[in-house]
Amino acid sequence: MRGISGWGVHLPYPRLDKSLIKAVAGSGGGVGTRTVASYDEDTTTMGAEAGRAALRARAVRLGSLWFATTEPAYADRTNATVLHAVLRLDRTVPAYDVVGSVRSALGALRAACQGSGNALVVASDTRTGLPGGPDEAAGGDAAAALLIGDGSDGGPVLAEIVAWESVTDEFVDRWRTPGAAASRLWEERFGEARYTELGAEALKLALATAGIAADAVDHLIVAGLHDRAVAAVQRTSGVPAGRITDRLAAKIGNPGAAQPGLLLAAALESAAPDQYVVLLSLADGADAVVLRTTQALASYQPYRPVAAQVTAGGPVSYGRYLHWRGMLPVEPPRRPEPARVSSPAAHRNAQWKYGFAAGLDVPGGTVHLPPAPQDEARTPVADAIGTIVTFTVDRLSYSLSPPVVFAVVDFDGGGRLPVELTDLEAGEVAIGGRVEMTFRRLATSDGIHNYFWKARLLRGQEPPGSGRSEDA
Amino acid sequence: MSSRGIKDRVAIIGMGCTRFGEHWDMGFDDLLVAAADETFRSAGVTRQDVDAYWLGTAQSGMSGIALARPLGLEGKPVTRVENYCATGSEALRQAAYAVASGAYDIAMAIGAEKVKDGGYQGLNAFPVPGDGTTRSVTAAAMFSMVAPAYAGKYGVPLADMKTALARVAFKNHYNGARNPRAQFRKEMSVDKLCRMPAVAGGLSVFDCAGVADGAAAAIVVRAQDAHRYTAKPLLVKALSLVAGNGSGLGDPAYDYTTFPEVVASAADAYAQAGVKSPRDELAMAEVHDCFTPTEIVLAEDLGLAERGTAWKEVMAGTFDLDGEVPVNPDGGLKAFGHPVGASGLRMMFEAWLQLRGEAPPERRISTYGKRSLALTHTLGGYPGEMVSFVSILGTA
Repeated sequence: MRGISGWGVHLPYPRLDKSLIKAVAGSGGGVGTRTVASYDEDTTTMGAEAGRAALRARAVRLGSLWFATTEPAYADRTNATVLHAVLRLDRTVPAYDVVGSVRSALGALRAACQGSGNALVVASDTRTGLPGGPDEAAGGDAAAALLIGDGSDGGPVLAEIVAWESVTDEFVDRWRTPGAAASRLWEERFGEARYTELGAEALKLALATAGIAADAVDHLIVAGLHDRAVAAVQRTSGVPAGRITDRLAAKIGNPGAAQPGLLLAAALESAAPDQYVVLLSLADGADAVVLRTTQALASYQPYRPVAAQVTAGGPVSYGRYLHWRGMLPVEPPRRPEPARVSSPAAHRNAQWKYGFAAGLDVPGGTVHLPPAPQDEARTPVADAIGTIVTFTVDRLSYSLSPPVVFAVVDFDGGGRLPVELTDLEAGEVAIGGRVEMTFRRLATSDGIHNYFWKARLLRGQEPPGSGRSEDA
Repeated sequence: MSSRGIKDRVAIIGMGCTRFGEHWDMGFDDLLVAAADETFRSAGVTRQDVDAYWLGTAQSGMSGIALARPLGLEGKPVTRVENYCATGSEALRQAAYAVASGAYDIAMAIGAEKVKDGGYQGLNAFPVPGDGTTRSVTAAAMFSMVAPAYAGKYGVPLADMKTALARVAFKNHYNGARNPRAQFRKEMSVDKLCRMPAVAGGLSVFDCAGVADGAAAAIVVRAQDAHRYTAKPLLVKALSLVAGNGSGLGDPAYDYTTFPEVVASAADAYAQAGVKSPRDELAMAEVHDCFTPTEIVLAEDLGLAERGTAWKEVMAGTFDLDGEVPVNPDGGLKAFGHPVGASGLRMMFEAWLQLRGEAPPERRISTYGKRSLALTHTLGGYPGEMVSFVSILGTA
């Protein structure tokens, strides 16, 4: 039976303490923290990181790639193709965007579940509200990737899909015209009433299809942007309160389109084999998915579990957050803006730029970053761990978030690259520090995003098996 | 591979150099005309007498027309050259080789840069369309990595290293204060320099070269013809250029305490000139002190100090005006300023003045009258990826 055969998530490192908001915005904020995509992250880079995590936990040959978000980095052109290049997928693997609404994420997941072969469904979202508003405080940024398969050549299924029921309803509870900075909300009670009814209906249908009662559900996940409706559906679901998955709202906030996948990953990380997990998503109707975990779940090792990422983060000031989101224009650096990327050059060098594949001088075994013209082969280095040989802090060069921290990194297994660091304060860098590579957006010029890789401190989280493999 | 050089076959017979600085009232054309006219007067020739021209500019103009137009040249071969910060040196190298070949009797090398029209501080290269993956940190940041690497390798306490860097800047500001053509003419104490806030790694703005507009030029002829123009020609003893292949950036063995391109070009130049012991033979050196740690490493790469000792020599005053081997007696890039295309020729201008006894007494090198060779050195690029030029010039 088809189901979930793996997952990977990405929570951005910066965390905003919501108690800082009110002093500046005059209202809003609250207790707890939310995740904030760094200035060099967008839904595409976060999605790429989540996809990498999923495939690092379970390296499978993909049949399709799906990317869902409310906040695509590009309109008109596909964003999933960037993930496709980062993940170094074969050209014959199709990659599609399903973008625009929170519900897109469930649509992509459903399409993948109804298809064949191994599918990677990535949902990624950045949630922005106007300063002092509810969406700003309630939102979070994250990406989650779910690997869908039928157990044939993608490793065993970890949670089979037993039932999926969906109800659809047209009503305007929240809306955002394209290009607007934030969504607007109808008065809360209307949406609460609609979603409470729709959630209950979808849940009832799905449990009936699965042939189980509410009290047989071991883990109930209720996702959705309408917080009161979510709480009401949880309360009236018939599932005991102790079996309802924590939405992590006080730590990371609500990451919109990424929330269903993220919470499903979190639930599966705490679930035991042979349990019922129900995912209920409230978005322009409701989708209810009943899953049954398998014995294989016990031996599955997620690359970086949700719980570990929830606790790994560092503070970002409210002012810097506002600047990153374009809500607070600050004095730009007095340096020329970066030139726009040449599309043909980027395409020619896609293996390096997106796939972070180094050049390999086969007879000598020397690794070149970037590849040298005479290198016969490419070797993927994206998952390699490196050591900081020396570094500098540059307060002069162009950056959206100065200063630039820059280091010379030697990779385990060979190769050296002078590269920018990210997700750190300048004072944290030290010679000998261990780093991993992360896919980021360096800049945007003429509307063209310049994606490439940066290094970030491992902070003691050295992954197992960080070696490289050779491919010609 | 052979590098025979053209020792004693070509001589500089006239030079000129504008004041370097913020020339808000002068454009690129004005700078070229000013340097060229001074040089024509110095050599006693007219623009029409000069058979061929080489214009060095990194980014202020394109093609030989950029010089032919302001000078009003007619029917002359004019070539624009560019080789990063070695651009001005490269212009002289091309002109000297052209004369040595017999193709021309008299040639001018002129270098100029108008950087202050750009609207940004610092130097900014032409963006070449690319895939967006090349690093974007400043030259200051790249060179700032030299100081801790050097200190670490030779066990120099970081405080001592900082003082040595400040001592380099102090020396060059001291010299620049005695040079009316220099951009910065104020002495700076070591204490004050040490207190400046860091902008790139441990480097402050005062560890960086001055960014200036300026132009400098030289006229060269075959050595046997030189005495028709001047009683005191400056002979070209060696011209060496090495372009690195960038491998240092990706080479785990590279440690940021030396510049292999400089070592190679120095060895080539010394061989061409027949210099065996540069510290004992050179009267002075003008080196590419783009950043203070660069000058310390250059002293070692150019053979003026043993490995790991240049910082101590700096502190001991070895490279001061009255030291054993004065380095950057005109103030260097640090105080004279750095109009990219002009700097290499500016260095030669100082050799022209010092070796021929025309430097003012307050800036005269201790070796004047005792030694007759000067070295000039320019580099362009970064540690691990640079071009390096070395010339040896002499009066005997």
